[in-house]
Amino acid sequence: MRYRSLRAIRTDIAAGNTSCSDLVRFYLQNIQDNAHLNAFLEVFADEALTQAEAVDAKIRNGSAGKLAGMVIGLKDVLAYKDHTLQSSSQILNGFKSLFTGTAVQRLLNEDAIIIGRQNCDEFAMGASNENSSFGNVLNAADNSKVPGGSSGGSAVAVQADLCFASIGSDTGGSVRQPAAFCGVVGLKPTYSRISRYGLVAYASSFDQIGTLTHSVEDAALLLEVMAGADEFDSTASQREVPAYSQHLEVSGKKKIGYIKDTLESPGLQPEVKAAMENAIEALKAEGHTVEAVDFPYLAYMVPTYYILTTAEASSNLSRFDGVKYGHRSEQATDLNSLYKKSRAEGFGEEVQRRIMLGTFVLSASYYDAYYTKAQKVRRLIKEKTDELLSRFDFLILPTAPTTAFSIGENAKDPLAMYLADIFTVQASLAGVPAISVPAGTDATNLPIGLQLIGRSFEEQELFAFSKYLTDNILVST
Amino acid sequence: MESAIRDKYQAVIGLEVHAQLLTESKAYSSDSTEYGTLPNTNLSVITLGHPGTLPRINKKVVEMAVKMGLATNCQITENNVYARKNYFYPDLPKGYQITQDKTPICTKGYIEVKNNEGEEKRIGITRIHMEEDAGKSMHLAGETETLVDFNRAGVPLIEIVSEPDIRDSDEAYAYLTQIKKLVQYLDICDGNMEEGSLRCDANISVMLKGATKFGTKVEVKNMNSFRNVQRAIEHEIERQIEILENGGEIDSQTRNFDANTGSTTAMRSKETLNDYRYFPEPDLPPLVVSEAWIARIKEDMPHLPQYLHQKFTEEFELPEYDAQVLTDSKEIALFFEEICEHTNKYKAASNWMMGPIKSYLNELTLHIDDFPLTPNQIAGLIEMVEKGKVNYNAASKQIFPHLLEYPGKSPLEAADDLHLLQSTDENALQEIITAVVASNPAKVAEYKAGKQSLLGMFMGDVMKKTQGKADPKIANELLRKTLENA
Repeated sequence: MRYRSLRAIRTDIAAGNTSCSDLVRFYLQNIQDNAHLNAFLEVFADEALTQAEAVDAKIRNGSAGKLAGMVIGLKDVLAYKDHTLQSSSQILNGFKSLFTGTAVQRLLNEDAIIIGRQNCDEFAMGASNENSSFGNVLNAADNSKVPGGSSGGSAVAVQADLCFASIGSDTGGSVRQPAAFCGVVGLKPTYSRISRYGLVAYASSFDQIGTLTHSVEDAALLLEVMAGADEFDSTASQREVPAYSQHLEVSGKKKIGYIKDTLESPGLQPEVKAAMENAIEALKAEGHTVEAVDFPYLAYMVPTYYILTTAEASSNLSRFDGVKYGHRSEQATDLNSLYKKSRAEGFGEEVQRRIMLGTFVLSASYYDAYYTKAQKVRRLIKEKTDELLSRFDFLILPTAPTTAFSIGENAKDPLAMYLADIFTVQASLAGVPAISVPAGTDATNLPIGLQLIGRSFEEQELFAFSKYLTDNILVST
Repeated sequence: MESAIRDKYQAVIGLEVHAQLLTESKAYSSDSTEYGTLPNTNLSVITLGHPGTLPRINKKVVEMAVKMGLATNCQITENNVYARKNYFYPDLPKGYQITQDKTPICTKGYIEVKNNEGEEKRIGITRIHMEEDAGKSMHLAGETETLVDFNRAGVPLIEIVSEPDIRDSDEAYAYLTQIKKLVQYLDICDGNMEEGSLRCDANISVMLKGATKFGTKVEVKNMNSFRNVQRAIEHEIERQIEILENGGEIDSQTRNFDANTGSTTAMRSKETLNDYRYFPEPDLPPLVVSEAWIARIKEDMPHLPQYLHQKFTEEFELPEYDAQVLTDSKEIALFFEEICEHTNKYKAASNWMMGPIKSYLNELTLHIDDFPLTPNQIAGLIEMVEKGKVNYNAASKQIFPHLLEYPGKSPLEAADDLHLLQSTDENALQEIITAVVASNPAKVAEYKAGKQSLLGMFMGDVMKKTQGKADPKIANELLRKTLENA
């Protein structure tokens, strides 16, 4: 039952060896047996079984959709009609979504089975899943380690076979970094490739729905289903969506760049560095060109990212005010105290920190010094990244400087925690697609992830090459 | 206040007008904008700003804003960026308003109004930008709780900001009248200030005459009629002069106008002003208003009062006064213009509009849209008078009221009902009968010899010649007389 690709599932279903109902029961049992991992906030057991029966019937009569056989978990930031939507926050206590977001609806249309709602950092803000108001999620490889974040529950759920695939969201690495920490494949598509309608906003100009899967091929299939224009998101790209999963062969030799400083970085764990070096050597050995490049803005990436994302977050989270839905303080005596107390009680520490930071950088006296400047730096980073991608087919870099760290290790030091994003924010700032693939383990058997960055809207090439990297290069290192 | 003191000072006034646009759906969602429905019925998850929702641009809003810009001689901005204006209020569902900040869709325009000396005066339009309305907080009498109705939340507005070019309350009144006229002509806002679809804030300061530096300005809000804008400005000018005369300083404030007392009271100091933290709205792509789009919008624009005024005075050669009155309201102007498609007696048409028609509408407090007669019928009345069939008095005092009672009839039928056409008709009929009789001397002789049955043949000829329009009774009588006298 520990399937690693939908293809294998479909083969077994066709052979009569398993069924969607069997799979759902298997995952439900696993979720129950691994409740201590705290990956799921809610399990839709009955619904999933009912859905499974319906999909099994469709498979039998030959009318099943592309995702039939896929049992999927949703990060608690995705709107699913009549289901609780809470972003792992107390401020949304009791809130049920009145609509299904575009991406989730497209999954359902292709017969994906939704098994539950997954734990994450509150409002997707965090790199360790320690900011959930529903408690930590544990890394299945080592329960004393964090799973990464913010899509921590989603990564662990795939890692520990609690579901087949997860849909997460990635604002600055929230899919890729936990994927690396948990040894699964994490995809952040080009900004605007998937409609954000139904995704609870953290930082709108960065947010993208992403996937956590065992295989590159299934990431490709999921993107193929979810991507594309949407009348409910006017920022969503109108570009046609290729059948990514059908064209995963690499042709010819590629040019790959890596940023020199990422390997010189003092915080880089030796085994992660070794994984990078091995991959580079193996690629060269296969006849690909791999070159070191300079990237002058490395030091500015994390500050730029935090100024812009917190600015947008401070505005996006204003709607949670205790007036219309969710948590309302019982201690409120007038309008101002209703706002202050509801928000102080409802938001966790990290969310409050980012709202305050964002409010500060947007305030009239500091606007130009921070927000305006950060926007300019973002443009420089994007231009430089695009320029590199015009010379190279891909950029390769570690997904995170270290493997999963211990629970509590960085919790008291927000800056140390923010620096864990150093390698993932580049693709987010530039809006380009990036994927994290497993690249072995460290001495303590914790997964290492390597990241490939591709050109805007060239997910097709990115999938093909990362599949090649996974199947042919990383296995030998 | 003594006029000697008052005359030492010059007021400087700028107006900010919010016009609620007449779109069917909201600015950033497809929810209905219908007015007067039950509270919280014109809603969706988008209006309510539920987590995961995103705004969508309503193109009609853009088109209406561009129309207003073109009508006020503005430049239209090609690359528009939407912005968020952040503040907390219970009737603001998202915690921010989607508006425009650095790139208003229209800039650097002007309109012309007549000042007290009767001269054309140009008042600059700084900017026009698009935004969304908030909901309404309702404080019910005797209740401690505040209720919120989100029906209005997301209804599109344009804000029209004038330069501080206005110098007294009469100019402010003239400016507002012109703005209201324009939005009504363009059919983008109903212009109803009492219902809040047109709202005005005034920025007012005073300085010594001849000074070059403006005084400290005060913003006055909550005026629900043009008259009240005038009163508020008058009051504020005197209040500020009094402070300055007594050696005081003007506080930069927002003040509230109280229509009952005609005075203003301080609402909040500008020092504690909200920091709205404007930044580009990341949920909406930049909006490009292309030359081609502007051209299409232009094609779709109705004639504006300036155009009609010029047409009425130059082409129709009407007096200035007539043109002014006729273009006051778009519907009156268009009704008049249509009368003039059926008659070229333009001055007579103008007299009919300003006389009998206006009196009738005023008496019943009707709008021209509810006027039961068509422009064609009015033109018919005018033509009847011009051709001498009836006199003006009979037309306006008898036929017009009769037509109002039987709006299905033609003016001729109405005149006929009232026997007002008889004299001219009988003359015409007599001519026909005389001709018929004269053309048949043989039959006349037979008739006269006693063959009475020939009368029917003569009648047939008469009816044929009159195409059946002659009254048979009258025709019969006249025919007998004519035959006897032949």
